[in-house]
Amino acid sequence: MSDFPRWKYALVAIVLVLGIVYALPNVFLPVPAVQITANRNGTVDQALEQKVADALKKANVASSGIELNGDHLLASFTNADLQKSASDAIKAALGDDYTVAFNLKSTVPHWLTAIGAHSMPLGLDLQGGVHFLMQVDLDDVVDKQETRYADDIRSLLREKNIRYESVVRNAQRGQGVSVVLKSAEDRTAAANAISADYPDLTVTDGNATGDRFPLNAVVRPDKLRELSLNTIRQNLGTLRNRINALGVSEPIIQQQGDSRIVVELAGVQDTAEAKKLIGAVATLEYRAGYGTPQQAVDAARSGIIPPDARLYKDRDGRPYLLSKNIIVTGDQLVDASSSFDQQSGSPAVSVTLNAAGAKKMLDFTTGNVGKPMGVVYVERVVDTKVVDGKEVRTPKVTEEVINYATINGVFGKNFQTTGLRSPKEASELALLLKGGSLAAAVDIVEERVIGPSLGQDNIAKGLRAVTLGLALVLLAAAVYYKLFGLVADIALFFNLVILIAVMSAIGVTLTMPGIAGIVLTLGMAIDANVLICERIREELRNGSSPHAAIRAGYDKAWATILDANVTHLIAALALTTMGSGPIKGFGVTLLIGILTSMFTSVTVTHAITALIHGHRKLKTLSV
Amino acid sequence: MEIFNHNANVNFLGMRKFSVGLAILLMVASVVLISVKHLNYGLDFTGGVSLVMDYDQPVQVGEVRDALEKGGMEHALVQSLGGTKEVSVRLQPKDDPNSGVADGGKVNLDKIAEDVTKVLQVARPDAKLKSRDYVGSAVGEELRSDGIVAAIVVVLGIGLYLGIRFEWRFAVAAIATEAHDALVTVGIFALTQREFDLTVLASVLAVIGYSINDKVVVFDRVRELFRLARKAEPEEILNRSINNTLSRTIITALFTGITMAALYFFGGPAVHGFAITMLIGIVVGTLSSIFVASPILLWLGVSKQDLMPKTKENPELARRP
Repeated sequence: MSDFPRWKYALVAIVLVLGIVYALPNVFLPVPAVQITANRNGTVDQALEQKVADALKKANVASSGIELNGDHLLASFTNADLQKSASDAIKAALGDDYTVAFNLKSTVPHWLTAIGAHSMPLGLDLQGGVHFLMQVDLDDVVDKQETRYADDIRSLLREKNIRYESVVRNAQRGQGVSVVLKSAEDRTAAANAISADYPDLTVTDGNATGDRFPLNAVVRPDKLRELSLNTIRQNLGTLRNRINALGVSEPIIQQQGDSRIVVELAGVQDTAEAKKLIGAVATLEYRAGYGTPQQAVDAARSGIIPPDARLYKDRDGRPYLLSKNIIVTGDQLVDASSSFDQQSGSPAVSVTLNAAGAKKMLDFTTGNVGKPMGVVYVERVVDTKVVDGKEVRTPKVTEEVINYATINGVFGKNFQTTGLRSPKEASELALLLKGGSLAAAVDIVEERVIGPSLGQDNIAKGLRAVTLGLALVLLAAAVYYKLFGLVADIALFFNLVILIAVMSAIGVTLTMPGIAGIVLTLGMAIDANVLICERIREELRNGSSPHAAIRAGYDKAWATILDANVTHLIAALALTTMGSGPIKGFGVTLLIGILTSMFTSVTVTHAITALIHGHRKLKTLSV
Repeated sequence: MEIFNHNANVNFLGMRKFSVGLAILLMVASVVLISVKHLNYGLDFTGGVSLVMDYDQPVQVGEVRDALEKGGMEHALVQSLGGTKEVSVRLQPKDDPNSGVADGGKVNLDKIAEDVTKVLQVARPDAKLKSRDYVGSAVGEELRSDGIVAAIVVVLGIGLYLGIRFEWRFAVAAIATEAHDALVTVGIFALTQREFDLTVLASVLAVIGYSINDKVVVFDRVRELFRLARKAEPEEILNRSINNTLSRTIITALFTGITMAALYFFGGPAVHGFAITMLIGIVVGTLSSIFVASPILLWLGVSKQDLMPKTKENPELARRP
């Protein structure tokens, strides 16, 4: 009697089992934990585990488990209060060698994670934390590039003995550099020289008037694009470094569009601190070395520093004496990239300076071969405090020697720093150098702070709305369509399970709009069943037998359901294209929900109906 | 259980002059309302600072407004957030006289939040800052244009699909009623001056999705009945289609309405705007499915011939009843 094929039963069974398995991780709520990672001097090992356990015991904080997890240690606690006091105790015990951060520890069993089943990550609105949207000032990038090329062209012409009247940036941004020469021959020579040395510039002749022969050099658009992308990449890199120092677990730092960066830090409440670090301005200083390493150690110990020198330290705390005179600063550095030394094959960093920097470097190295030179990384963080009703801005400056090497020869524009221990160190130094020359200003254009209690509140309310919404629809359907309503109810429940399973499997972040999307999906998923049930009723009224009514009901309703859902899908698709914020979460949920509901409302209910009615002779239908 | 008389044959098309006239009137009124009263755009679109203040004891919105005025922030918008102890304060950075933005300084959210909290604590020491948001105005403008683009894409995409699957008249009727539903929903926001934020915009798009779903069900029946009928009198066919699908239209509206009501009452302030928009949209969309979409089809001159030839070109459709 049943016209429902076997393979479809199998499909329904498989999908339901998979749905349950992949939705299951969400039942295991993560517990508050403290994550300990090592800085340069620390190592994460059994000894550290013991140390942490001792510190917790001493502070009388009960931990529900300490676990060594690759490069970090995770200590879990039963509530957020314990987590906080534990973090304080561990910080005090371990000092600066380790970064201690709040985290959540997953309690999902291993057999589930082994098959790729994870719980849905929670959005900031459910977890609490801060969200920043930052915009890189691309105009600033263009300004800096054009100013740099103007300098470079000036010195190039001087070098080639081409007499010029003026070399200036055009007043309008993006219009390039205007060069005025005194004769047509000079202009041709200048154009050739510029094209040869700077392939990134497009050189065009202007209209000559009298003895003025103008030439215009414009930065190629693809070069500008590349520059802005590089700027974003540099910014992402420096931000990542700085935020790691904040001790935030799993920060989100992403590029958005051409010029924006999204930073989301879950669990951070002290935005002032986070903002200070993000907005920090870094520069570089190349300084001449002073004296011998022993002198530096002595100076650090005695505190007596020679009058024309300054005492610095590197990351590991080793002291260095460097001259008070700066050779080159970060804004004169054009590029830095990690590479390999062609002679020794060891890791190296290639540095390119602009014309002004190259000249100073050349002058300095000419007289100082064999002497040391150091690079100092300077980070300025402006701290604003209100004292007696007045704003007091105190810049906090951190200086650190990131490289100290001997000058092996005379160089100017391009040079290499060698003697680095590993390619990783080379790329880190290159990143720091670029970070120090961080060309463009970064503005915060959006900032949201969500308190942890608000997050808890949202989760509780969202959960209540989903359960109550579901319960009411289940009840209404069962009352109105009796047995067929109950079948639809089972399908609707599985729709929720499969929807959650799919969202978890593809890693959709759950947000409040996402929850709204889930509730809406539940409300609209029942529509397919309403269509089917109404059709079956109609067929019965028209005198069909129960089995024929079921068959015709499903067949006829399917065309309608398909059309209705495809159009709905188009609307959901448009929602997912809107930015990256809350709307997208809603759209994605709706999109997945429409697809899963088509399966559960039609195929799953059909399977159950066939199971119930398939092999019996029927006189009536409970619909 | 059945609520509807399945033999009902209400002459919906008979009142088409009145119902469509009313729909046009509502659309015009919405346009007027939106352009005269303007929408009360939320922070997402206007940019600015939004603070949520939490009080230990119940507080009146007027009380908060007075306190802000005394502190020199008379342009700040104060809204109650559900209960009696939580209010949201929205202002532009320049509204805070101490922020330094007026003199060209950069926006410092923490500073503004601190200023406002202080001003409020002068009047009521139990005021506490619960959350703070800042959105730059450029971001808001982008979102608004993105939203308009998305809405146009939705309407055109749906029109194209209906044009292919049904016929151009159905596409036109659907787009016209879509525009009506979206406009009237937004118009109600202009009338009530409820905050129009990003989630509300999302739900307006969701309303379009819901309402098209509704229309397609009726249209589907129109197509079916036209194909089945030997002598097809358009007005009668349309009336029968609406009557046949009436119980489904209303039951689905009720079921979806139930879930949105649950979301409104239990989901908290974060989804209030969303749920209320959906509720308004469901009512408007359901009414336009019954009273507005079919008369447009009739006026456009839909007939049996228009729907038949397609079945010959597409054997898959021919198999359908």
